[in-house]
Amino acid sequence: MLGWYRHLPYSRREEIAGFLFITPWLIGFLIFQLEAMAIAFGLSFFKVDPLALAESRFVGLQNYQDLLADDLVWIALKNTAIYAIGRMPFVIALGLAIALLLNRERFGVRALRTLYYLPAVTTGVAVALLWHWILNPDYGLLNAGLAMLGIRGPRWLYSEEWALPSLMLISLWGVGQAMLIYLAGLRGVPQELYEAAAIDGAGPLRQFIAITLPMISPAIFYSLVVGIIGSFQVFLNAYILTAGGPNNATLTMVLYIYRKAFQEFHFGYGAAVAWVLFMLILAFTLLIFRSSAVWVYYEGELRKAGRTG
Amino acid sequence: MNLLSLPRARIARWEVARSLRDLPLTAIWAILAYGGAILFMTPFVWMLSSSLKTQAQVFVFPPEWLPNPIQIENYWRAWTIQPTHLFFWNTIKVTLLATLGDLISSSLVAFGFARLRFRGRDVLFIVLLATLMLPAHVTLIPHFIFFWVLGWVNTHLPLIVPHWFGSALHIFLLRQFLMTISVELDDAAKIDGAGFFDLYRYIAMPLAKPALGVVAMYSITSHWTEFTQPLIYLSSKHLFTLAVGLRAFQTEQGFDLVHIMMAMATLAVLPVIVLFFVGQRFFVQGIVLQGMR
Repeated sequence: MLGWYRHLPYSRREEIAGFLFITPWLIGFLIFQLEAMAIAFGLSFFKVDPLALAESRFVGLQNYQDLLADDLVWIALKNTAIYAIGRMPFVIALGLAIALLLNRERFGVRALRTLYYLPAVTTGVAVALLWHWILNPDYGLLNAGLAMLGIRGPRWLYSEEWALPSLMLISLWGVGQAMLIYLAGLRGVPQELYEAAAIDGAGPLRQFIAITLPMISPAIFYSLVVGIIGSFQVFLNAYILTAGGPNNATLTMVLYIYRKAFQEFHFGYGAAVAWVLFMLILAFTLLIFRSSAVWVYYEGELRKAGRTG
Repeated sequence: MNLLSLPRARIARWEVARSLRDLPLTAIWAILAYGGAILFMTPFVWMLSSSLKTQAQVFVFPPEWLPNPIQIENYWRAWTIQPTHLFFWNTIKVTLLATLGDLISSSLVAFGFARLRFRGRDVLFIVLLATLMLPAHVTLIPHFIFFWVLGWVNTHLPLIVPHWFGSALHIFLLRQFLMTISVELDDAAKIDGAGFFDLYRYIAMPLAKPALGVVAMYSITSHWTEFTQPLIYLSSKHLFTLAVGLRAFQTEQGFDLVHIMMAMATLAVLPVIVLFFVGQRFFVQGIVLQGMR
């Protein structure tokens, strides 16, 4: 049956086999991504009745016009941006501090790395409920701890000002992810650089600013991109802990899409909001990539520059 | 000064002096590093402690750390107050089937990209990398309509089937690893008459076990804790996974039975923690692979 195949030259057979091997992804990409994106785009021009899909009406740019006039979209956008951007300095600072702390051979340091990383793996509803309980204003652990220090803790998730910062605080528990990325980066910094700097009389702070930071800037860059893209899509904690409240203080974009599409069944409008968020994430990612040339240092660059210059 | 030419006693004295001088620094380091780790573990301890308390003791303020009496029955109630055994079974089923599909399909695709030459390969790989940036929320609605038309809503199929088409991140990780395996092995096997699938099955996959371990760990933890997909697709309680089951308990009970809720949460998190400690070297390896861009 495969006789014709056996008679083909080797390179032709390799070509056919190559396509066969990547077929699962190719099909998945075409159906679940490309086609889905096109449908989402198309849907955003329709008013969709999910109970009678055939009776969906083409409304042109109506959904996008509604969206611009929708206060909740703007609130969700503002909250999402504050959350996504606001938490990153803390993630980077804390992640870097822990990485520097654990980047030495001392007793128990391997076990410590594991412990700091663990919360980054245990995400999900169970842990969200745990934080709900810890942040409970009346019986929670956090306010009990603050009370011991003589501070009266805020009402956290139940307070308009504190609800969004609470979500950021919870997300910092997963800082182990960034820590591991920085640790991998720190391991790649050549020790000679520090020795040379020490001979030149550079103190620890100067060494950190002049050597460590530039050398691990690719790792910081990577964690920034992953962190921002990920937190633009924050949904679970906002849904479980506050359901977007109080008074929409934690309404995020994906939560709003979920509400519109799966609670109110406005699929067309939901798709329009999803597309807008997609374009924003794309623009933001490109912006970070553009800016990276200024502040991210790649070792390869120097070699390239040396060759041409 | 050559250290080797010094008498042993002097070296020892010198080292003792140095470690004495460094003692304050080491102490500060230990306080920060160990203190921070204790802080990071506190939520877990609190979860465990709450899960063993009586309802009265849970609501004592300021809170007590040690449950008194220790109520192990909370776990039995957590198991029976809802069909928790079904939630567990559903989560295990979905996680295993989705992970299996992910491993098979991602490794096949990664092998194609890493070890075979064909036209358009590099362009397609860039397309694959671009999809890594694609946020999942855009496809939420079209996927729902797609599975709804197929009649798959309120079944486990939408949570499993898409993962049999590979995951971009996992394909990328496996490809990075497969690129490091020497081609000479393939050449030797080809002389012995091995086909392309033999190269995949008998050379690439046995050697790629560490990378497959990474992907398996990522895949299992992400499916075990997945919430958005089961929330959207499942409406019958007997089909719920742990994530949506926990959510259902929260909506029904609020904080009233928080000790039972914490017992349930402990049961749900425990497998992930065990898996993490068993396979931690894979997680660290995964970060190394991601760095190989």
